[in-house]
Amino acid sequence: MDLTTIWFLLIAVLFTGYFILEGFDFGVGMLLPVLGRDDRERRVLINTIGPVWDGNEVWLITAGGAMFAAFPEWYATLFSGFYLPLLLILLALIVRGVAFEYRHKRPEASWKRRWDAAIVVGSLLPAILWGVAFANILRGVPLDADHEYVGGLLDLLNPYALLGGATTLALFLTHGAVFLALKTTGDIRERAGALAVRLGVGAAVLAVGFLSWTLSIRSSAAAVVLAVGAALALLGGLAAARVRREGWAFTGTAVAIGLAVATLFAALFPNVLPSTLDTAGTLTATNAASTPYTLKIMTWVAVIFTPIVLAYQGWTYWVFRKRIGVANIPQH
Amino acid sequence: MDALDVARWQFGVTTVYHFLFVPLTIGLSVLVAILQTMWHRTGNERYLKLTKFYGKLFLINFAMGVVTGIVQEFQFGMNWSDYSRFVGDIFGAPLAIEALVAFFLESTFIGLWIFGWDRLPKRAHLASIWAAAIGTNLSAYFILAANSFMQNPVGYRINPDSGRAELTDFPAVLTNKVALITFPHTLAGSFLVAGSLVVAVGLYHVIRNRDSADTGAYRFATKFGSWVVLVASAAVLFTGDIQGKIMTDVQPMKMAAAEGLYTTESPASFSVLTIGSLDGSREVFALKIPYLLSYLGTGDPNGTVHGINDLQAQYATQYGAGSYTPIIPVTYWSFRFMIAFGMAAGAIALLVLWSQRKGRTPSSKWLLRAGLAMPVLPLLANSFGWIFTEMGRQPWIVFGEMLTRNGVSRSVSLAEVLTSFTAFTLIYATLAVIEVKLLLRYAKAGVPDVNEQPPTDDTDDAERPLAFAY
Repeated sequence: MDLTTIWFLLIAVLFTGYFILEGFDFGVGMLLPVLGRDDRERRVLINTIGPVWDGNEVWLITAGGAMFAAFPEWYATLFSGFYLPLLLILLALIVRGVAFEYRHKRPEASWKRRWDAAIVVGSLLPAILWGVAFANILRGVPLDADHEYVGGLLDLLNPYALLGGATTLALFLTHGAVFLALKTTGDIRERAGALAVRLGVGAAVLAVGFLSWTLSIRSSAAAVVLAVGAALALLGGLAAARVRREGWAFTGTAVAIGLAVATLFAALFPNVLPSTLDTAGTLTATNAASTPYTLKIMTWVAVIFTPIVLAYQGWTYWVFRKRIGVANIPQH
Repeated sequence: MDALDVARWQFGVTTVYHFLFVPLTIGLSVLVAILQTMWHRTGNERYLKLTKFYGKLFLINFAMGVVTGIVQEFQFGMNWSDYSRFVGDIFGAPLAIEALVAFFLESTFIGLWIFGWDRLPKRAHLASIWAAAIGTNLSAYFILAANSFMQNPVGYRINPDSGRAELTDFPAVLTNKVALITFPHTLAGSFLVAGSLVVAVGLYHVIRNRDSADTGAYRFATKFGSWVVLVASAAVLFTGDIQGKIMTDVQPMKMAAAEGLYTTESPASFSVLTIGSLDGSREVFALKIPYLLSYLGTGDPNGTVHGINDLQAQYATQYGAGSYTPIIPVTYWSFRFMIAFGMAAGAIALLVLWSQRKGRTPSSKWLLRAGLAMPVLPLLANSFGWIFTEMGRQPWIVFGEMLTRNGVSRSVSLAEVLTSFTAFTLIYATLAVIEVKLLLRYAKAGVPDVNEQPPTDDTDDAERPLAFAY
């Protein structure tokens, strides 16, 4: 396998990891006012992701850095072309990250209410916009022969992309509810489990619709297999959620999100950003790539450090494996 | 005004803002780790209190550094896509390595440290803060290696077909002499900030809160911070001196611009105050120390330091007609402010130590005012240092290879970049107010009560409150 293909796969893996991990973070954030009926309950929800959300977000920073290093043309065209959606994502991630850290720093209800709003909006916007962005990557955007984006904001808000946004939103909500059912005790656990099933039905309908539309735009045998796998994993997760097998339910939604992202990348390959105008504008894993020397160095770095990162990040989840409930929340 | 101007302002504002938080994260992570280590070694509760106290201030600041950092990575692609295309082969690698090697370490272990007080064995918990501190400091190295390529490009070639820079020697990029000296200079500047914060908060309680049962802890913190500031000041001077010589070698225009030195001189005098003509092409008035600039720039009191006008003529021949001169008042004054503000913090640290000699308790209102100003001084010094080094590189984005105006995104409109600049400025200003208020609130609250946690046991009471919760 040549280096550009390896790096295409690595970028796919990084975004897959990002969406699986921060997917439930976003879900928890959006469900804050739904499942947290008072301040103590909301603190339970936030603390399920407290120790891990920051590490989860580094998957995005690594994916962005890896894209810059391995496919500078892809990085440059995508980030300058998808300007306003990315700006909104950045603003959302800023207020959301600060909110987790600052919310508990003052006792006033008005202070907490504002940060709660920041967490909800800061989770909701990226949950929708990432779906919109990735759907547009797959569908293709107007690029000129210099690979410059020549469309406007409205080109990004086409029906297929909006369905993509709705799908990631529903998937992350379900994933978050399933995660909460897995990580909490008592009443919250019950409500989260029940809500997960209801949300999951909607997510399944949207996901099947979106993935079918995706495969009708561009497809490959691998993409079809992955899409079917994603749908089955989601249905399996929902079935497990219904009978309150929370570990299996979470495995199901995690695998479903992973395979759905993988479907997009598999359908996209060998393109990385197709042009809807002249095909000369299309960016591929070959014409967007760095030199073999850079890719070789980056491969070594990835081979050495990725397992180390996975090991200690996995260990963190093990350390904080215990469920928490309202009784575990200290007074301050 | 066009998109280029706004993109440059946005980069300046967001980067300076980001670097208000980063030095404190770099320095304070290590200082908190040292305090916690002292608690482990001695069992003295005073160090545990200080660990938790400064740890809280550290975390209030840390959050801001993290969220403003994401903007930095995205901004290259969003506003500077032609720059990204030109250097991606070289510049992207240290950024990706920074994330994979440093940011994961930092963010994962900071989570373990914050929430792990009762979840981890004591030693593993201590190791967590050290791992986070190492991650933070490592991240500085990789991003500075990337920046140093822009100052002094090495280890690359220009591909004649694509016109892009391509990596030929990665070790050369990582051992760029500019990176090797900028890294310790930046770390020293960061410890200057962190030490100053430790002193300011400690001194406030020593003077204002003198009957507190924790006076001993505050006195210790004040001295500890002062020594950190003194050592950091010495390190800043030492590394800055070497950096000046390297700069004279690889970016002579920046050195000339720092000094407002218009004509080549050997020996060259150091300018205490130079006032240039309005068009910035010659000097009108100057107060100078003979030989000093030659010594700073070359290590030889009689060495030659090239002047702005000669370098401009030389570059015009080499790179084609155009201006290759930075904005002299900006470089000249930012260079001086950097030195002055940085050294002022060191001077106050000396006063603070003197005020506590032989067990004395300081009480001077003026000393308290000076002490409270301390953290602001090195923050200003750091900001002016970055403004100097980035503005002194202009008009280049990659010295000698790409002009800043050629690096901007062609597909991004003025309206878009204005929207983005306005949004970041507003949100950053709001968050700055909130952050400073929180820091003051927690700094005034003083060290927390600490009760030794009961030993961790996974099988014990599931109802037990968490040692820490958001």
